[in-house]
Amino acid sequence: MPQTLTPPAAAQAPVPGASPDPELRALAERHGLTVSGARPSLPEYTRQLWQRRHFITAFATAKVTATYTTAKLGQLWQVLTPLLNAAVYYLIFGVLLGTKNNVPDYIPFLVTGVFVFTFLQNSVLTGTRAISGNLGLVRALHFPRACLPVSFCLAQLQQLLFSMGVLMAILLSFGQLPTWSWLLVVPALTLQFVFNTGLAMVMARLGARTPDLAQLMPFILRTWMYASGVMFSISRILQGRHLPKAVEILLNGNPAAVYIDLMRFALIDSFTHEQLPPHVWAFAGGWALLAGAVGFVYFWKAEERYGRG
Amino acid sequence: MAEHKSTGRDGRTDTDRPPQAAGDPVPTVIADNLHIVYRVYGTGAGKGGATAALNRIIRRRPATGVREVHAVKGVSFTACRGESIGLIGSNGSGKSTLLKAVAGLLPAESGKVYTHGQPSLLGVNAAMMNDLTGEKNVVLGGLAMGMSREQIRERYDGIVDFSGIQEKGDFISLPMRTYSSGMAARLRFSIAAAKDHDVLMIDEALATGDRAFQKRSEARIRELRQEAGTVFLVSHNNKSIRDTCTRVLWLEKGELVMDGPTEEVVAAYEAHQ
Ligand SMILES: Nc1ncnc2c1ncn2[C@@H]1O[C@H](COP(=O)(O)OP(=O)(O)OP(=O)(O)O)[C@@H](O)[C@H]1O
Ligand SMILES: [Mg+2]
Repeated sequence: MPQTLTPPAAAQAPVPGASPDPELRALAERHGLTVSGARPSLPEYTRQLWQRRHFITAFATAKVTATYTTAKLGQLWQVLTPLLNAAVYYLIFGVLLGTKNNVPDYIPFLVTGVFVFTFLQNSVLTGTRAISGNLGLVRALHFPRACLPVSFCLAQLQQLLFSMGVLMAILLSFGQLPTWSWLLVVPALTLQFVFNTGLAMVMARLGARTPDLAQLMPFILRTWMYASGVMFSISRILQGRHLPKAVEILLNGNPAAVYIDLMRFALIDSFTHEQLPPHVWAFAGGWALLAGAVGFVYFWKAEERYGRG
Repeated sequence: MAEHKSTGRDGRTDTDRPPQAAGDPVPTVIADNLHIVYRVYGTGAGKGGATAALNRIIRRRPATGVREVHAVKGVSFTACRGESIGLIGSNGSGKSTLLKAVAGLLPAESGKVYTHGQPSLLGVNAAMMNDLTGEKNVVLGGLAMGMSREQIRERYDGIVDFSGIQEKGDFISLPMRTYSSGMAARLRFSIAAAKDHDVLMIDEALATGDRAFQKRSEARIRELRQEAGTVFLVSHNNKSIRDTCTRVLWLEKGELVMDGPTEEVVAAYEAHQ
């Protein structure tokens, strides 16, 4: 039967929690209908995310390949970009300013730092735009939204692995032979990946609500980089100097510095145990656990709100 | 096409559906006084440099020029299994918005939508990437809709055949950016239609296809409706609404003007124009 509904004279403002029709609600309950777009419980959410693991990896790979298809040199840029970065820093800090003189194997030292920090930096940057930059996708398809930050971080990991290939080639050309300690790259990278992803999820939620963060983050990240010993050795700066204990803990406990130092320790022979700050693996694991857990729960809490706006 | 059909149903049991009493309509979607509001940032002088951004964040004030668009205003309806429902109305009347809200993709400002299972919007295009080949996009689109790799492998040939984009040469191995808009639309529809849906929503996906493809997709829509349940179709083509829909909702300025059998509502809509 057709029914003509008389339109209300003026557009009434939506009243939050306006009286729902109890009859419709009862009908929905009787037939087992659920509220569309409601947030699933945390275990259920984790299960859904796991179910979408193939989408996450396929999306990451697609992003990486799609980024460079329009460039003439194509996928080569994945390696060229970090390499050029390293060259610029080497020129400025190594040659012009002479930081080089204090650190043995300065080029591998610098390149490792740049690559590892770039991984962190890009994970955070793409994380910030993971939701706000993909509203089309979020508004068109149904999937656990955490797929996006995780996928972007995975794409960054993929890029880092390319860079690591270059790094190892540089190391070999500097006369370093592969040692067993190179295997430490695997746990170090795994922990950093978890940390990055956690942080990216926090940033994704913040960036979804405040898109302006995307403009601000590059500055924050650059400051972070200068404090993380990417182009100088923190242990050398601390040596023989009596800085307040708090500053020392802050410099050594900084997650970026921790993951950079671990990678240097794994790859560079002259970067020995003495240069590692105390409890560095505990810090690495702790940061990963903290960021991973907090990031995941924090992101999930706003699951049903992504896509508004 | 036969292949496509035969692979459309496996892996699905009837146990997750409520028992169907004869003659008693089973609701699949219930919208209860639904309101949707968009918030648009960055109108006017909103963008600006990092200092402006910092200033805004520190003062915890929303970006200058936030505008609200009240796109759906208090819509209620009940859709049942076996219905195929057309949505009509002029441009900007809120049809696409309503579908997205039913799919749970846009949060409701107030009111509620109850659904059976997870409604899917034919929106695979959002997951597809123009720089990738058609082949990779079939896989990516399928995964984005929640199909497993195995299901995609099984249905891959059916999807490509149904889309018919191989008829003019080996286009599936070329990047999507080289496709005509109709070809891209064909591939998108084929991917979306390969999945089993409890509730499927189609938003003007067929508009760019040629007549032959429109016929084929209309047939597939009828088939999906019989297999699964409820189909929503947005179209400005009254003929395709008449051909595929059993019931029509007419929206205007975000409000439901009329809800009833296809012929009556479409006739009223045409008279109104
Ligand atoms: N992302 C968005 N942000 C802000 N406003 C939006 C957005 N999308 C749609 N709107 C607004 O919501 C209203 C309804 O738009 P909608 O896309 O639902 O219309 P439609 O009925 O699908 O129109 P069409 O027939 O042209 O497809 C319009 O006023 C439109 O301007
Ligand atoms: Mg529309």
